[in-house]
Amino acid sequence: MSEAPLFKPRFNAAKPAFGLLVFLLYLFLLAPLLIVFVVSFASNQYLSFPPEGFTLKWYGMLPEESTFMNGMRVSVIVAVVVTIVVLALGVPAALALDRYQFKAKAAVQSFFLSPLLIPSIVLALGMVLLFGPLKLTNTYAGIIIGHVAITIPFVIRTTLMSLTTTDTSCEAAARILGANSWTVFRRVTLPIIQPGVIAGGVIAFIVSFDEAVISLFVAESGLPTLPVQVLRYVENSADAAVAALSVILILISLAVVVVVERVMGLRKAL
Amino acid sequence: MTMLQARGRSALRPAETGELERATAKRNRRTYLALLIPGLLGLLVSFVFPLAYMVRMSFNRGAPDGVIEETFTFDTYLQPLTDPYYWKVTLDTFQMGLTVGVLCILVSYPVALFLARSRSKYRSLLLAIAIAPLLTSAVVRTYGWMVILGTNGLVNSSLTGLGVIHTPLKLTNNMTGVTIGLVEIFMPYAILAMISGFGRLSPQLEEAAGSLGASKLNVFTRVTLPLSLPGILTAFLLVFVLSISTFITPRLLGGGSVQVLATEIYDQTTGLLNWPFAAALSVILLVLFGLIIAVYQRLTRKIGG
Repeated sequence: MSEAPLFKPRFNAAKPAFGLLVFLLYLFLLAPLLIVFVVSFASNQYLSFPPEGFTLKWYGMLPEESTFMNGMRVSVIVAVVVTIVVLALGVPAALALDRYQFKAKAAVQSFFLSPLLIPSIVLALGMVLLFGPLKLTNTYAGIIIGHVAITIPFVIRTTLMSLTTTDTSCEAAARILGANSWTVFRRVTLPIIQPGVIAGGVIAFIVSFDEAVISLFVAESGLPTLPVQVLRYVENSADAAVAALSVILILISLAVVVVVERVMGLRKAL
Repeated sequence: MTMLQARGRSALRPAETGELERATAKRNRRTYLALLIPGLLGLLVSFVFPLAYMVRMSFNRGAPDGVIEETFTFDTYLQPLTDPYYWKVTLDTFQMGLTVGVLCILVSYPVALFLARSRSKYRSLLLAIAIAPLLTSAVVRTYGWMVILGTNGLVNSSLTGLGVIHTPLKLTNNMTGVTIGLVEIFMPYAILAMISGFGRLSPQLEEAAGSLGASKLNVFTRVTLPLSLPGILTAFLLVFVLSISTFITPRLLGGGSVQVLATEIYDQTTGLLNWPFAAALSVILLVLFGLIIAVYQRLTRKIGG
């Protein structure tokens, strides 16, 4: 505003107090991540505070810790395949939900989002019960099928978000000019909704990578993922090797957050 | 939250009912079916079948060593409904959900209000920081709380170092620790849900009330708070529902001495191999879920949100 204010506001103590409150709440929210960061560099033999010195030994331990390395490999393979599968299933479904009219549309859309409403422990139990007799427990196929249910809602939502906010006239124009449906999708629609598809894929990757409960039930004894290994380590050991691993995981997540924020805006994507 | 949001969005969307559109839709019937079927099959296999199988399993009879007797009985439900221990576990689960829900709203509301009103150029960065923890594993964040709240953790060393206390407080392996951890872990969800629910909340209304002579407190209690009520309610429901079904945090921060429905389900499967009973507990948890969501929907209709 270029004009001078008519009334000079009095000093208002509520404003800085509110600011301080918000700052403290942010500190509370970030506390576990900050502490993990500090502890991962502390030379204390056992988990305790304050740090006695600076060390990188916990990071040095990671490559030798074969449980972590195996868990990391399983988690990466699962997350990559889950992302591909879920995009292949979810993006076409979102396209159908947005671009076509049909009777059961609202019901179908709710169905695609409904895994978000089911507690993952309940779903995990159902999976282990069903997959056991089918010999799918402790297999990659089992974990991947398990993760599809919980990641599909995210892909549907981000893709739908992109679809609803785009103008359909470009597609109509391409069709009138003689492009068939596949060409329209590949050369017009897909480039337009790309941010939503990327955001959905990235979130599916992260959700799958961080998922612990379903993996714990479906694959605990034979093919534990990284979160399952971390869970076990935390239950049994008192050193800071997990802190170093956690910092690496947090940094990976942080990088992903930046990517999603750049391509789509985090709030829309979640 | 997520589901409710999505529903609202589709409802807002005007139906395209032009003649041309309708003709196109008819012609493309086969196309959309082809587009939907892979996704529907995927959910059928990974979501519907497991749940249906679990519900069926809850009517079987469990024998020691994981043997399952194929039958159709309500015995599995009788035990949790008659044994006081399971009543206590269910009530503890409920109470934990309520406590975490209320506390989480209290700590998230100022942040959500700040983010909703802020016109700072750092607003989107601050929002990203507030919800970024969502994208880090619950295991990692729970581990962080174990370090903070443990016997030799940050809180106890600071307090003993300052001479405030002499014996360390017991903040882990009990409900206190679980509650603190869960409040923080669900904060980003609550913040997101509240911001989305703050639809009608605009700074102009607050300014108007202020310039008409309302005190700060009056502006808050009579303008800001009522307008943000739908957001608060959605966030509360979400946090409540998430906390009563969570497993990792009660398991790690509870250290075996906190039993809620989720940890009980896990123990029944891995420890006792009583699959039908675990399935029955899961169905009970699902029914609780349904009840809560039904109550919530009645409430929101009353408020007119």
